[in-house]
Amino acid sequence: MALTSEDIKKIAHLARLQIDEQDIPGYARNLTEILALVEQMNSVDTSGVQPMAHPQDVSQRLRPDEVTETDQRAHFQQIAPQTEAGLYLVPRVIE
Amino acid sequence: MGWESVIGLEIHAQLMTKAKVFSGASTAYGAVPNTQACAIDLGLPGVLPVLNEAAVRMAVKFGLAIGAEIAPRSVFARKNYFYPDLPKGYQISQYELPVVHHGRLDIVLDDGTTKTIGITRAHMEEDAGKSLHEDFHGMTGIDLNRAGTPLLEIVSEPDMRSAKEAVAYMKRLHTLVRYLEICDGNMQEGSFRCDANVSIRPKGEQRLGTRTELKNLNSFRFVERAIEYEIARQIEVLEGGGRIVQETRLYDPIKDETRPLRAKEEANDYRYFPDPDLLPLEITADLIESVRAELPELPDAKKERFIRDFGLGPYDAAVLTATHELAKYFEDTVRHLGGSPKLAANWVMGEVSAALNRDGIDIAASPVGPAALAGLLKRIEDNTISGKIAKEVFEAMWSGHGDADQIIESRGLKQITDTSRIEVMIDEVIAKNPQQLAQFRAGKDKLFGFFVGQVMMVSKGKANPAQVNEILKRKLAG
Amino acid sequence: MHNLSIKRLVEALRAKKFSSRDLAEHFLARIERFQERLNSFITVTHDQALAAADAADQRIHAGDAGPLTGVPIAHKDIFCTDGVKTSCGSRMLDSFVAPYDATVVARFKQAGAVMLGKTNMDEFAMGSSNETSYYGPVKNPWDLARVPGGSSGGSAAAVAARLVPGATGTDTGGSIRQPAALCGITGLKPTYGLVSRYGMIAFASSLDQGGPLARTAEDCALLLQAMAGFDPRDSTSIDRAVPDYSAGLDKPLDGLRIGLPKEYFGEGLDAGVARVIEEAIAGYRSIGCEVAEISLPNSGLAVPVYYVVAPAECSSNLARYDGVRYGYRCEDPKDLTDLYKRSRGEGFGAEVKRRIMIGTYALSAGYYDAYYLKAQQVRRLISNDFKRAFEQVDVIMGPTSPSTAFRLGEKANDPVKMYLSDIYTIAVNLAGLPGISIPAGFHDGLPVGLQIIGNHFEEARLLNVAHKFQQETDWHTRAPMEA
Ligand SMILES: [Mg+2]
Ligand SMILES: [Zn+2]
Repeated sequence: MALTSEDIKKIAHLARLQIDEQDIPGYARNLTEILALVEQMNSVDTSGVQPMAHPQDVSQRLRPDEVTETDQRAHFQQIAPQTEAGLYLVPRVIE
Repeated sequence: MGWESVIGLEIHAQLMTKAKVFSGASTAYGAVPNTQACAIDLGLPGVLPVLNEAAVRMAVKFGLAIGAEIAPRSVFARKNYFYPDLPKGYQISQYELPVVHHGRLDIVLDDGTTKTIGITRAHMEEDAGKSLHEDFHGMTGIDLNRAGTPLLEIVSEPDMRSAKEAVAYMKRLHTLVRYLEICDGNMQEGSFRCDANVSIRPKGEQRLGTRTELKNLNSFRFVERAIEYEIARQIEVLEGGGRIVQETRLYDPIKDETRPLRAKEEANDYRYFPDPDLLPLEITADLIESVRAELPELPDAKKERFIRDFGLGPYDAAVLTATHELAKYFEDTVRHLGGSPKLAANWVMGEVSAALNRDGIDIAASPVGPAALAGLLKRIEDNTISGKIAKEVFEAMWSGHGDADQIIESRGLKQITDTSRIEVMIDEVIAKNPQQLAQFRAGKDKLFGFFVGQVMMVSKGKANPAQVNEILKRKLAG
Repeated sequence: MHNLSIKRLVEALRAKKFSSRDLAEHFLARIERFQERLNSFITVTHDQALAAADAADQRIHAGDAGPLTGVPIAHKDIFCTDGVKTSCGSRMLDSFVAPYDATVVARFKQAGAVMLGKTNMDEFAMGSSNETSYYGPVKNPWDLARVPGGSSGGSAAAVAARLVPGATGTDTGGSIRQPAALCGITGLKPTYGLVSRYGMIAFASSLDQGGPLARTAEDCALLLQAMAGFDPRDSTSIDRAVPDYSAGLDKPLDGLRIGLPKEYFGEGLDAGVARVIEEAIAGYRSIGCEVAEISLPNSGLAVPVYYVVAPAECSSNLARYDGVRYGYRCEDPKDLTDLYKRSRGEGFGAEVKRRIMIGTYALSAGYYDAYYLKAQQVRRLISNDFKRAFEQVDVIMGPTSPSTAFRLGEKANDPVKMYLSDIYTIAVNLAGLPGISIPAGFHDGLPVGLQIIGNHFEEARLLNVAHKFQQETDWHTRAPMEA
């Protein structure tokens, strides 16, 4: 699958990545090459093969319903780019 | 042409766990912003989710209560999108393999018939945080306390055909989750939220019409009105030769209308895939059986029992089992009273419900509890007071003036049952009203009531009505 | 002091031949001396290290020493360290001071190790040469014009140059084994689920695994002992007893069945590397091992599968870097979308952006089945190849990397060429198996690594097989000229 500059723009938007206009052809070329590599997968028949999402065949462990965390807001917000009144600030969200 | 409306509901019920679904932070409502958002809820680099057992048990409990299948193996998936109240850039939810599927719930329609609504699926997921739009220098503030709160998303089949049916289904579900004690049902706090999918089609048509999704329906009344508005709007559009656009619409309760959510710049592409941080959830037969053992009596079973054991009529039984709290209040009253379920039922559905409605109080917070009410009803049963006086005593109890016996005592409301005292009062009344006596004896039977009223007035309502009747009959006969 | 193994350092500290503080000062001085040439560290925690060393000395004096008390180590900058910058090699996290310790970090503290600093790495562990780091490339101590491998290149170079006796790394597609091979040291990638991922910044969650880098298998056993074990905070952590990794190191290898996958010795393998590996295998034969050719028929598809699975997971894992709660935030965002796009566009480097885009594409509507689902199915086939192989053999051996360390810049502008430098390591991650790379010799003056792959939870066996080789050879004792 050869990706066009338009494809790159669409994907970059979906991933919320700013890509400079001049870099788009380079990304299109690289991604197309990577997809060509990836598509070698199609050389093998996988009909009926159970997909493998985890390397170990185990099931989810459950934890007891206990409150174990205490308020660390001040600690966590020390590293935040912008806060006020204990809230994280972002440019206005239009509903 | 006749139109048929087709409605399906998606309900998000917040599960009543102490801690969040994937972290150990508290789920308590109303905390100071971001004080209940731990490293996991904030999506700090390197943190990982671990599933809360109680949330799983609650989902299974719900599944059992709606006769659904419980998936022996279900999978958590990531729903990817960017939004400031979604800290990780994805919501952990269930997609292809939900924990509960193929359930059903019966609703009772206005004409007394029962209809079964299919429940396609119910899956576990985490809630997002909240955006606060007050003006922070033109910015939005984000509070992540709610992020990671466990939700059960309950998706119905498009089985409802009117706004009334939709509300009946939603109320039934609301009752059920509270019976099960898996959700507090508080709609103001957002613990029970509803989105409605609405479409219409010509009567007799099998294919579904294009649907719209209605959001922001945070009361039963809004659900009903929004759906009614939307059905009318869709009919108008189609009859005017237009077509319905598949979109999300917001209900505005002030204008009582729905309108499209500000057009999104693009269609969503959530890129669901299995969450690699969470393994498949396996639900064993043992777990299901241990949850089944905890299952409370469900509304329908309770209603049947009330009819059978208490001799109540179907209507009374339905009213009294409408909520878990009301049923419990009623049963507790009967227990304290040691029987007399009909008397208790009349009072719970009558005076108690009226007072609660008038004051806007929840039954659990009733100023007159089941024991106190039983104390009052006992005095009716043993003839200490009449039913009429009892209402006066109840009002005093409601206002916090003490228990029934204290009020009866301090206000001297005890019924007069002493025959000689009642005879004296009757003689007095007859002596004072010779004209009426003559008329009565001449055949004007209706005046009997007049004499009863006079005697009750003289006794300040305290004379035992049965005795008054009996003695009066004898004396008037002459 | 810097040529002593961890095992010897522990003994010397216990015997009070020198103090933990002496040791910390000695290594800190070396780090400082070599930093400009090698660029192997992002952060040196000089003051905290000395304080920790003093505390270690007190513990030793009080007779209260843990297994690693006083031993200097370094952590790959992918592990969160409470109060210490944790950058993951990215501009995105240049300002990120972690507010908590990763489980691995906490366990090393518990064992008494003294952290000297955080090592350089490819950005978000995405790379095989350490050239994608925001902090500049790490140089190979054997030849400063060459790469150290990646993504744990800083840890590998620092250990090879004797700047620290042992370090942590992470391995998603070869990121411990390949730099260990290219720098001439020993590096172990444990079974998926053995070492907690809590606090280890995620690249590809179903592949990532932390592990040790040191000069010898014996030292790796000591480090792994501290790292391994069940962690209730990681749902993918496996709850099973951790064996004593040092106990069986000397077990004889008579009758050990070694499988050589024919796919690992074909086209693309440098002839000089092949010769070194063949000699190493001959060495195993001479101490009583049985060698047989085996086949892992789907080996060739490991790289293609990996470049769907890893980018798909990373595209989602890296969505949290949005400039809101921590990390890089662009100047004066004009609206929300602008905040997201510029913070991420400016905060991430080109390789990270490439992989996010590949993953986003592979998961997007209409492509999921053809890419993601297909990859998960082929992944199963690759895993089944290993299952079958381990019915016939005890361990699998082959080269860690198809070539010795390549030149800086040689593959930097050709992602596919770079990706193929991991052809022998990636399948192990897809299958969740343990693998170790040990120094096997030299080709043109550059180290060559032998990879040994075991079945799930067979770390003790891998360490035993590696240690026996290191008793017969001295490749692991060679130090680069620069050191
Ligand atoms: Mg939904
Ligand atoms: Zn939902």
